[in-house]
Amino acid sequence: MNWRGWYTLLYKELLRFYKVALQTIGAPIITALLYLLVFSHVLASNVQALPGVTYGHFLIPGLMMMSLIQNAFANSSSSIIQSKVTGNLIFILMTPLSSAEFLLAFVVASIVRGFLVAAGIYVMALFFMKLPLVHPLVALLFAVLAGGALGSLGVIAGIWADKFDQMAGFQNFIIMPLSFLSGVFYSIHSLPPVWAKVSHFNPFFYMIDGFRYGFFGVSDVAPWTSLVAALLFLALTTAVALGMVVRGYKLRS
Amino acid sequence: MSGPETAGPAFPPAIRISGLRKHYGSVHAVDGIDLEVRRGEFFGLLGPNGAGKSTLINIMAGLARADEGSVSVLGHDVVTDYRKARRALGVVPQEIVFDPFFTVREVLALQAGYFGLGGESEAWREELLSALMLVEKGDANMRSLSGGMKRRVLIAQALVHRPEVVVLDEPTAGVDVELRQLLWVFIRRLQKEGHTILLTTHYLEEAELLCDRIAIVSSGRIIALDSKENLLSRNFHQTLCITLSADSAPVPATLLAKALSVAGNRLEFRLKKGVDATMEILEELKLSGAKIADLHTQQTDLEDVFLELTRRPMS
Repeated sequence: MNWRGWYTLLYKELLRFYKVALQTIGAPIITALLYLLVFSHVLASNVQALPGVTYGHFLIPGLMMMSLIQNAFANSSSSIIQSKVTGNLIFILMTPLSSAEFLLAFVVASIVRGFLVAAGIYVMALFFMKLPLVHPLVALLFAVLAGGALGSLGVIAGIWADKFDQMAGFQNFIIMPLSFLSGVFYSIHSLPPVWAKVSHFNPFFYMIDGFRYGFFGVSDVAPWTSLVAALLFLALTTAVALGMVVRGYKLRS
Repeated sequence: MSGPETAGPAFPPAIRISGLRKHYGSVHAVDGIDLEVRRGEFFGLLGPNGAGKSTLINIMAGLARADEGSVSVLGHDVVTDYRKARRALGVVPQEIVFDPFFTVREVLALQAGYFGLGGESEAWREELLSALMLVEKGDANMRSLSGGMKRRVLIAQALVHRPEVVVLDEPTAGVDVELRQLLWVFIRRLQKEGHTILLTTHYLEEAELLCDRIAIVSSGRIIALDSKENLLSRNFHQTLCITLSADSAPVPATLLAKALSVAGNRLEFRLKKGVDATMEILEELKLSGAKIADLHTQQTDLEDVFLELTRRPMS
């Protein structure tokens, strides 16, 4: 294992988003707070949340996880496609880093960025309301699993896309709808039965539901179910991403 | 280390390429190349655009994968023993590519880190900045550098882990004369310090000036591989330049038809060695009553050899 090489790539990825922290950390936090402000006031009396949980409280972990998902994906995907388009990815590909080290550095950086955004939203939300955190380690576990899975998915998208247009398509037609329709703003019990069933095929639903369990100790489905679903999704995205890197798909001609 | 070393079990060659093939669709970019570059030598890889030079370099660097054959750097296979092979190799790419997020010093520190080097490489990084006249721009963002400066950073990046084998893919393409001279001096210094240099270039005078041995590649194959001196001595053609005196008789039409060019009283004949005889032309001129004021031949340079070889049909 080329530990220093791996750490350097991780450090480079962290430095990359730190240098534009206003865009990569600040902006998603503000966006999430605006959602919180608007939806908690407009929908508070109309949406059925979890038993014993007010809508404002219900919303915050959902917004945290949605932002984590979107930013973890954005981190690895944008870094790889930018490096591919500008051509400087060769400086990483020519080094003695293995495929696993390459993938792991991008994934861990994605987890860190996603976590920072989620933590930022949590801290800002504390100014408006007191938020319970019943099982912090469970919340942390789901944050890591979701960040890892979306980091790997970002690697897949970054390698697959040849231009920014395709990347925008991936983000807007897959990541955005799946994250919006995953129970961020509502409990799936409030949906018509058909749509509630469809939600069970959305991996983001389990990530958000398990994460929410960490805060309130109650959730739409059993936390073990969410854990297994999140682990399976992480395993799937990581296996596909690693396969692409090992084969050199669109990386090594 | 100085001067080329002979290969042996204890000293594998700097680069060994065996039976290498690579195709893209129906195009055979590399079509069966066998080549050894000795340790410490300055090796030139020449060829027209699309000859397969960059594909060859990409396979060496791990940026492309061969269909058949193998490449090793200092005895380390670039696929099965890629970590050691890549540590032994520094590649300066042809295109100017850079990461717009970082400064020059950050770029070099990151590049060293990928190779497992930390603070202990800082002195060498500063030395590189100094040798390539980049010290003042060390803390500047890559975006703010001129093309020539970015090119120099590419060279520093390739050398940051002190590789024994350095591959320069057209390092002087599009750079001004002053920078080209600086790079030549720097590359020569690297060779004197023991590095093996593999250079591809479109400037044939550059190869003629710097290289010990040269391979000429065309359509994915090596069509000539020899020392620079031997390549030049192949001397396929020579040019006979004759200037007639003002009171000379007119040159016969049969002779004018053989001339490469006629400008006033100056005639040039391109003569194929071993086929065309200089004496026949002089004899013919003498019989016509033409008076010769000046007579000389022009020596073959690498460009002539290159053009001659790359124009030939493949055997």
